[in-house]
Amino acid sequence: MRISAVVKRILKQFIHDKRTMALMIVAPIIILTMLSLVFNGEDLELKIGVLDLPDQIVEKMEQHAVVKNVSSEDAIESLLKEDYDAVVVFNNGEKKLYLEGSNPSINRAVIELVKNSAVNSEEKVTMNISYLFGSDDMTSFDHFGPVLVGFFIFFFVFLIAGVSFLRERTQGTLERVLASPIKRWELVIGYVVGFGLFTMVQSAIIALYSVYVIDLKMEGSFFYVLLITLMLALSALTLGILLSSFAKNELQMIQFIPLVVVPQIFFSGLFNLDTISNYLSWIGPLTPLYYGADALKSVMIKGQGLTELWIDLLVLFGFSITFMILNIYALKKHRRI
Amino acid sequence: MKNFPVQTRVTKRYGHTTILDNIKMTLNKGEIFGLLGPSGSGKTTFVKLLCGIEEATEGEVIVLEKQMPDLNVMKRIGYMAQADALYGELTAYENLEFFATLSGVSRREQKARILSAMKLVDLEKELQKRVEDFSGGMKRRLSLAIALLHNPDILILDEPTVGIDPSLRQKIWETFEDLRSKGVLILVTTHVMDEAERCSRLGMIKGGHLIAVGTPDELKKQTDSQTIEQAFLSYGGQSNEN
Repeated sequence: MRISAVVKRILKQFIHDKRTMALMIVAPIIILTMLSLVFNGEDLELKIGVLDLPDQIVEKMEQHAVVKNVSSEDAIESLLKEDYDAVVVFNNGEKKLYLEGSNPSINRAVIELVKNSAVNSEEKVTMNISYLFGSDDMTSFDHFGPVLVGFFIFFFVFLIAGVSFLRERTQGTLERVLASPIKRWELVIGYVVGFGLFTMVQSAIIALYSVYVIDLKMEGSFFYVLLITLMLALSALTLGILLSSFAKNELQMIQFIPLVVVPQIFFSGLFNLDTISNYLSWIGPLTPLYYGADALKSVMIKGQGLTELWIDLLVLFGFSITFMILNIYALKKHRRI
Repeated sequence: MKNFPVQTRVTKRYGHTTILDNIKMTLNKGEIFGLLGPSGSGKTTFVKLLCGIEEATEGEVIVLEKQMPDLNVMKRIGYMAQADALYGELTAYENLEFFATLSGVSRREQKARILSAMKLVDLEKELQKRVEDFSGGMKRRLSLAIALLHNPDILILDEPTVGIDPSLRQKIWETFEDLRSKGVLILVTTHVMDEAERCSRLGMIKGGHLIAVGTPDELKKQTDSQTIEQAFLSYGGQSNEN
């Protein structure tokens, strides 16, 4: 009953606070729309597998890419699923290009490179191109859209949850609530459920908008997208509440953003993960967005299902549970029992 | 000894700063105990110790025969903090509903309790108004209504009448006296001397020390003063000399 009192109160506060509600839903939509209109391609190092290619062509390609010899055609798919961008095969005069396909700017770069590496540039190069994931009509935005959907949900939930819990402290209501016989875990669960319900609506609207209005590529099931965004939002919510206990005021809460939220973008796959320095690459797996973005890409670009997703979902859930336990512990500062 | 709802023998420190130094106090059922003292003397800390929000560094705080903090005892305490702890975005009714549920008032009883508590503080017409549109005095009264909601056995009120006009203050004190006659223990901290006169007993705190306890008349007699204010000042003077 006490949990439901907290849940009800949070939802009512949202309903009364139209501006916050609008911010959480409209702001991500506006930014996603802008980015979908603005974005252009990028530059990176390619990894290409080759089978039966003339040495001169391989040499030329090696100037611009990491090239590896493939033993047989059977190995192609597993190589692409690893981290190779493409495999080029020359077979009895027939030229085939297999693309991993989920990143359109990489697709374009590979096609360009293979064409330029042809011995006789006068000769018209004709190739059979096939895509493991994606297709040739995929835009760059299709590629990083899923990451951005995850990021914006994470960002706004983190901020709003953190600030609102912080305000409980600064306006004295946290102390007043703790003077009632509510248990610490009841308060934390109440917060998570109350914000969780609102976040569900928020994530659904943002995801629906991204898929049906911005027309982001959507190969998999929409239900999985909802599930992932909910799990991601839950981790943002619990992290926001947790960090709010280390902030004295709203400004300090906002200062956590460049420290805690922004770096997660670097490891979420928005930038090519292979180019990250080894000194930093260990950070990625410690951040919730890393898993959320990976899962969203799997569903939206590759159309994968639970078999590929469950680890990401489980890790996100683990983050949330950990943060919640730490929250219950952090509240001890305000009341021991 | 068993019948005293509150017994303390408590020292509270933050780091090396001693806020309360061995405060020994025993409060009775059915009395209004006034806690006087300059700001920064430790009144609020003492009040928070009784509510279970703060914990004793040394000694004990026994409320209703239990060492605080104790969740079951906290159900029977009505607390009004010095700063209004209200949700501005919510209406008065929503605030009351929230705290009523937290304090364990059953859903069936809530409406009646909310109405009667709001009548006491003369706010029954403002139930559907947002709290952010309330004046300071209205917020104070709403906080008081919240403290009264669950018919507590002990009321702990930290400066309850600040910003409330004299006629309403009169009415609120009548409510306190009515509750006391029903056996409720009321602890108020106050700066207002005519309020102090209306208390059953007074305790004076200065610099973390309890410097005097007694009925208003006793305190005046001991210091040979006409008013509580003079008594208060004369105790304050003594403690400075020590």
